[in-house]
Order: sequence, then structure tokens, then C-alpha cells
Amino acid sequence: MKTILATDCGSTTTKAILIQKDDKAGRYRLIVRGEAPTTVESPFEDVTIGVLNSVKEVEELVDRKIIENDLIAKDKSESEGVDIYISTSSAGGGLQMMVAGVVKNMTAESAARAALGAGSIVMDVIATNDKRLPHQRIERIRNLRPDMILLSGGIDGGTTKHVAELAELIAAADPKPRFGSTFKLPVIFAGNKDAREMVAERLKEKTELFIVDNLRPILERENLKPARDKIHDLFMEHVMAQAPGYRKLMSWTDVSIMPTPGAVGLLIETVAKQENIQVIGVDIGGATTDVFSVFEDKSEGKPVFNRTVSANLGMSYSISNVMAEAGIPNIMRWVPFKMDEKDLRNRIRNKMIRPTTIPQTLEELKVEQAIAREALRLAFIQHKFMAVGLKGVQQERTIADAFDQAATGTSLVDMMKLNMLIGSGGVLSHAPRRAQSALMMIDAFLPEGDTMLAVDSIFMMPHLGVLSTVHPEAATEVFDNDCLIRLGHCIAPVEKKKKKPGNHCIKIKFESGREESVEFGTLKLLEFPEGKKEKAIISPERNFDVGAGFGKELTTELEGGVVGLIVDTRGRRPFEIAKTEEERVQKLTAWNKSLNIYPDER
Amino acid sequence: MAHAYTPGLMVTQRTVLRKERRLPLKGKVLIDKISTQVKAEDTVARTELPGNVLPYNLAGKLGTAAGDVKNSLKVEIGGKIEKGQIIAETKGFMGLFKASARSPIDGTLESVSDVTGQAILREPPQPVEKDAYIDGKIVEVFPDEGVVVETVCSFVQGIFGIGGETRGEILPVVNDPAEELLVSHITPECKGKIVIGGSFCTSEVMKKAAETGVKAVVVGGVDDEDLKKFIGYDIGVAITGHEDVGLTLVVTEGFGKIAMANKTFKLLSSKKGSMASVNGATQIRAGVMRPEVIIPIKLSDDDKKIEFKESGMMVVGTLVRIIREPHFGLIGEVSELPAEPRQIETEAKVRVVKVKLQDGKQVLLPRANVELIEE
Repeated sequence: MKTILATDCGSTTTKAILIQKDDKAGRYRLIVRGEAPTTVESPFEDVTIGVLNSVKEVEELVDRKIIENDLIAKDKSESEGVDIYISTSSAGGGLQMMVAGVVKNMTAESAARAALGAGSIVMDVIATNDKRLPHQRIERIRNLRPDMILLSGGIDGGTTKHVAELAELIAAADPKPRFGSTFKLPVIFAGNKDAREMVAERLKEKTELFIVDNLRPILERENLKPARDKIHDLFMEHVMAQAPGYRKLMSWTDVSIMPTPGAVGLLIETVAKQENIQVIGVDIGGATTDVFSVFEDKSEGKPVFNRTVSANLGMSYSISNVMAEAGIPNIMRWVPFKMDEKDLRNRIRNKMIRPTTIPQTLEELKVEQAIAREALRLAFIQHKFMAVGLKGVQQERTIADAFDQAATGTSLVDMMKLNMLIGSGGVLSHAPRRAQSALMMIDAFLPEGDTMLAVDSIFMMPHLGVLSTVHPEAATEVFDNDCLIRLGHCIAPVEKKKKKPGNHCIKIKFESGREESVEFGTLKLLEFPEGKKEKAIISPERNFDVGAGFGKELTTELEGGVVGLIVDTRGRRPFEIAKTEEERVQKLTAWNKSLNIYPDER
Repeated sequence: MAHAYTPGLMVTQRTVLRKERRLPLKGKVLIDKISTQVKAEDTVARTELPGNVLPYNLAGKLGTAAGDVKNSLKVEIGGKIEKGQIIAETKGFMGLFKASARSPIDGTLESVSDVTGQAILREPPQPVEKDAYIDGKIVEVFPDEGVVVETVCSFVQGIFGIGGETRGEILPVVNDPAEELLVSHITPECKGKIVIGGSFCTSEVMKKAAETGVKAVVVGGVDDEDLKKFIGYDIGVAITGHEDVGLTLVVTEGFGKIAMANKTFKLLSSKKGSMASVNGATQIRAGVMRPEVIIPIKLSDDDKKIEFKESGMMVVGTLVRIIREPHFGLIGEVSELPAEPRQIETEAKVRVVKVKLQDGKQVLLPRANVELIEE
């Protein structure tokens, strides 16, 4: 296998990449990338048109014939066609699910994790204790029209009555699927095995019922895989097949089309495993923002992968929802010039109604990057909320644990322990300067201690995720050499209590003898080229922590990147920008200058 | 010849348009003969939506075990019930101390659960009718589901709208596409009409229009602030059409004060007095819908041979609308389509298009920032 073509059909654009084996170098390389608007819109209600348009761009740029009679030509010759064609997709609104469980914080939450883990959007969580009246729940199920429902509830041998009650609610709602009025809505039951018969009695007539193993067989353990696998199968069979043109696209690809978040998650998980590090990844798209994390769960003693899909946070289709959820003042706090609210509102709406447009002026770029910070921040808040240890589990504690009194169900996300933050998606991958991506990620995620920042070079993590299922070697080689761009380490001390800017904060002493001191309240860029690694001792003042404890020195190996070494002493408890418009403009301009973010602010 | 694919909105003097008129669930098609001429207001299909359901805790009400509830029923499962009617009653002790449960609604007793003791009551079905929406003829019938109506018409697609399907006479009230639609333009004469404005209207104008009984307003642009003021909330995800604000609004260009494209304005102005079908429903995700103004044309048989043209390709000479700052809202003609990506002000390297504006000035823009004005 020498030539690989991969596409990702996003909600806004379809991206194609061509990968080839470089015989001289003895490894796979990214050759070229093409893109075109996704075509689920009338009069081109066929996703394959966008695919062919993006591949045409690849053909033009690389001078290789790939399309023959409006099909992807395979197994042709050395200079024509491709050997394998694969694709991911999040077009058509992705996979939209509703989940139900008995207890909101336990089985229902496990069910939500299973659905999110499969790359779906969770539209609502119905639980016996969700404080809604039964008829309100029925209304909700009827109105939302999900692609499928995941019903869980009860540990094996536990309650059956409440599970039956949930099944009755679903049956009473008689839900209809989003696509195809002749289909029955798929419902997956992954709850108490003793309730299977009861559930079947209530649902088999009105829905297409599938029964899999309980996703929470005992309180202390989640078993999400069977439910996730079933979701994947049904996604392919039902949802994809109903979306415009997907049946055709499915017949073209050599392996099943993967939901985009599923593919990116696979890749992030692999990175964490291979390098044995704790990672956060984010993929910010037009309609959704997906956050992935791998952190060690102390109670389990092993890394735990979590994924959340924030369905209505994105940079085009969902941009107005970012405005609605974050509020205008929160977006405005990132805009480095004076602007009135009316203007900002209209710009956001215009992007929503014409989602494929791109910023042409610097001012437009700055506004777009301000909105991106809020979309990322909100998606991350949702992720932290979902990425938790199992709730309701009694933990045995030793005396040593007495000082570490974390309750069950606390978030696994620990920014101080984070080793790498990876950004992907149009606004991060295509930012004209890499430093812009670095600062957007720092502002939105507020990393603590020392954290490597990286971006997906040209937004190809979805492609490589699906490639890793058929050709892991090619996926790894391209990921390491062409995809992952290291921007550099970010060092961010955390203060014990609110501090005034101006006082000395940390000192960094490099092995080479170089020393750098940084005062509190600034953002500083230190030269540290890509590929360079050097040991350093970071000494914080006594009320600051960089990972070893307040006032304690941290010995670590720092690595450079295309941006350099960023020292962020702007504070974390809390991170504040400004109280007045004037102060805001002055501070943001100063920070932008210090990282040389925009050409007009040197 | 250089070309590029780009989507666009249709503004056309004459086209053949087909509209699917399907019921949300199966029912009866009332006009099922192909070629039947229909008026917009004719009902083409009818069905009944199952009524709302109401869970009713019978076991709790009767104070019995869930398993015993079925034995206490006074109504058969599936049977009709009336509000206040006793639907279940315990035997009591020697005929005394009976507990009973009365129906809170008119409808049917759909089911009773042995496990939870819960009854599901269903309200009577709600009739749903589908009208033809446009004057035209039936060209396809989906048995039990609906029809396709075809019409020869002038057709204008907007970029964003609110409010659902409506119908009325076209009434231009401004003289220039750049003129703002003012409260003073909304006179009693506008009642029941499709009012064509120019560049912009405020929430006060929309409010006055709704109060006057205007069916729809078509303008170049609106401010988001005004829209929020008029409908009472911020639109999150762009799925509209269900707003109940007494008015359908079609925005042809975008948010802000933007003159309506000359071609659109001229076309709509020339249709003064014609009946039009208008829909504000917009969905910018998964199965995109744009708001529309459809004005059926009466033609002789010879004129009806109009064919669909392939569209979506941009070549030198194509008329385009600039859809992002700077130059937002201006119309021009493609003068060059350079193949190689070029660096723009933001420093991004993108594929570009050179556009000759109406004043003769040439501007270089990202290809993503123009859209076709489809003929």
C-alpha cells in the first residue's frame, strides 16, 4: 500500500489529504491537502459532491489523476488513483442521542459517558431523579427527535421498577427518528440484566430495540464498550445511511466511515499511551467542539480516557450559541480594540448565516479568535464536569489518604499534572501565526505548571485517527512528522492568593547557565527553538507553585517549539483581564505584543 | 477556463419550482390526481397527530400494589375516558372504604403497568392539515403522505428569516434598495400584504408591521439587537420558522444595514400586486433551508419549457455578492480566478478571487467570502 486518500466531511468543509510512502526516506508522508465546502445543502444535497470537489483540489495541486467517472479510482498504477480511501464525518449534525438512566449522577451519567465516548452529541439526559415531571420527560423525548436512545439503569440485580418506568416513558412518547419516517427509532438497552424482559415487553413493538451488557454492572465498575460498539454499528446502519449521499460515500470507502470525534479521540488516546503522559486534546469545529482527556484516575490507578462533544459550541453553525452561552461581555473581554456591542452581534450573526466565510481583515481575525477563546473555555468547563471518577462509590482510605480528601466523583482533570495540550480544528490549525493558537489555548484552558502546547498542523487528526485503524504505521509516521507541531512549553505559576502585579514571581535557571526572571502579572516569550531540549530549575517565590508545591523548586526538562518558551504569570486565582474597556485594550495589546501575535502590534 | 464551486442564493425571474407537501406522519392525501391545479390555500393532505400523553400514578392514587391495579380498572385498556370519570376503584372492605381514581382528561386509557402501577392516558388526537402553499399543479403523489406541487414562478431566496409559511400580495413601499424601511411606511394599506423594504428595519418597524397585520416583511438587513428585541430572546442555533410573532421576516443580505441587491429589489418591485407565498424558516445545518419568496407566474403553454440549469460554478464574468467585511454586501463581477493561494491581510494564505465592483474598482478576496447570485 503506497498511496492513501483520506477525507473528513465536516459540518462546514470537507478536507481531503493524500499520503504516500516516500521510498527514499522509508516512511509515509503527507503530500498535499485540499478542501471544499461540504455539500449537504440544496441544490447539492449529496455529501459526495463536496468529497469530489476536495479531491479535485488535491488532484490539481499534486498533478495526479484520482477521480475517474466521478468515482475515486483505486488500484490503477504508480502514478494514478489511490490504494485505499477512508473517511470520517461529522456532517449532517453528527450523531445525536438521548440517554436515560435511573440516577442522574450514576447510571445516567455512565450512559452519557458511553454515548459521548462513541462520538455522539447528548441532547438530553433523562433520569428518574432529574426533577422533571413524567409528562415533561415525555414531551422532551417527543420534541427532540434523537437519532437513537441509550437506556441504562440499575446495577445487575438492582432496581427493575425504575428501569421499567423509564421504558414506559419512552414507549408513551413513541419517538420518531430524525431521518426517515418509515424507520423505527433504535433504542439500546444497557442496564440491569434482570430488567431485559420488562424492557423488551414495553419497547419492542414501538422501537427497534437492541440489548447489550449492562454499562454499570456493579457500582464500582463501568463497562462502556458494548454500548459504545452498538452505538457505532447503529450510527453506520441508520444515521449515516439516511444523511444525503452517505450511502454512496459508504460504498466508496474501504473501511467504515468513522464519526470525526471518534477518530480524533482514538489518536489522542494513542499519543497518551505511547508517550505515557497526561493529555488534553481539543477539536474546535463549525458546529461542535470536542474535548478529549487522558488523566490518571487515582482510585483505579490507571489512565482514564474521556471525551465530551459540546454540540452547540462551534465557530460557524453554532457561533451564535457561543454568544448566547458565554454572553457578550465574556467575548468582548478578549477583543483588543474598542468595539460596540451592536457591531459584534451582527458580525457573529453574519458568520452564522454564512458559515464558510473566513476573516479577511486583521480586525475580523481578532474578533474570531476572541469568540474561539470562549467556545474553547465553555467546552472545557463541560468536559471537566463530565470527566469524573465514578460517583456513589465508597472508597477505602488509608491514613495517608486522609490529607487527600477528594470526594468521589471529582473531576479527573488536573491542570498542574497536564503534560500536553493539543489543539485541532480550523481556528487553531489554520491561525496565520502559530503563536495565535498558543495564546488562544492558554487563555481558554489556563494551563498550570509546565505544559507542552501543540497543534494539529493542517487539521488532519480525524484522517489519521481512522487511518490508525487500518494502517497504524502510516498513521504514526505522518502524525509524528507532519501533523503534530510543538509550539513550546508554557510555564504558568499558580498563586496562593490574589497578588499584585510587578513583584518577582519565578526564576528559571537553565543547565547552560542562562537565567530568566519573570515578575507577576505578565506574559513573556523566551527564545527556545524547536527541537531543543534542556534541563532547567524553576524556582517560584514562596506563594507560588509550578508543580512541586508552593515555594518549591521544580527540576524539569523543557522543550522548545515553533513559538518558543512562554512564561505566563498573569495569575490563575482568578485569571482576570480588566475592569474597564481602556484597561482591557491596553492589557490585551501588551500581551499580544509580547508574543508577537499580530503584524500590526509589533 | 478557471472556475470554482461556491454556493449561492437564487434570485430569478422565472424558474420551475417543486415543493414537497408531506404530512409529519401517515394520513390521507385529499388531492391525489396528477396534473390537478391547486391554489395555495387548498388542503392537500390531512392526518391526526396522536394526542399528548399523561402518566397517572394509579397505584399511588388507589393505595394498592402495582400488580393489583389492573384488577381495579373500571375502563378497558384502549377504552375512551372522560374528565372526571372513575377509571379505577378498589373493592374496599365489605363494599366500604373504596378508593377511586378519576380521569384528569378526556381521551383514552392507553396502558397500565403491572410493575410501576402507572397508567398512561392519552388526550384526543389533534388534526393536522397540509395546504398546497403555492399555486400550481400536482406532479407527484406519495400515497398516505402528501404531494409535490409544481409551479412556474419568480423566486427569491433570502439568507435568514423568522416566522413560518404565509401568503399575500406584494407591496413595495420604498423607492430604492438602499432606503430604510420606516415606521411611517407601514400604513393600513399594508394589512395582509408582503411588504418590500429596502436596506434595513428596526424592531419598532417589525412591531408596527405585526400590529398592522402585515403578513411578511422583506428587507436587506436587520440588526441582531432589533431582532432580539422583537422576538424576545437570542437565537442560539440557527433553526427558525416556528416563531409566533405575528409576522414572517425575510432578510435578503445579512445582519446590519445593507442595501438589498438591486436585482432582488427590481424583481420584487416589478411584482407589485402579485400574490406570493413566503416562508421565513431558516436552517443552517443538516438539510439547509433558506427563507423564500415565491411568486407564481401565469404563462402560456409555450412559455413553460424552462429547464433547470447547472449552477454553483464560478467563472470569470459571474455575478457575485461579497459576504464578509470589508466590502460586505457589495455586488461585483468575477474578473480573475488565480489558481495559486495568495496571502491576505491576516497573513493567511488562501485561494482568492478578483472581483470588479460596480464602481469599477477591483478587489482581491478569499473565494470563501463571495457567493453567487444565481439566475
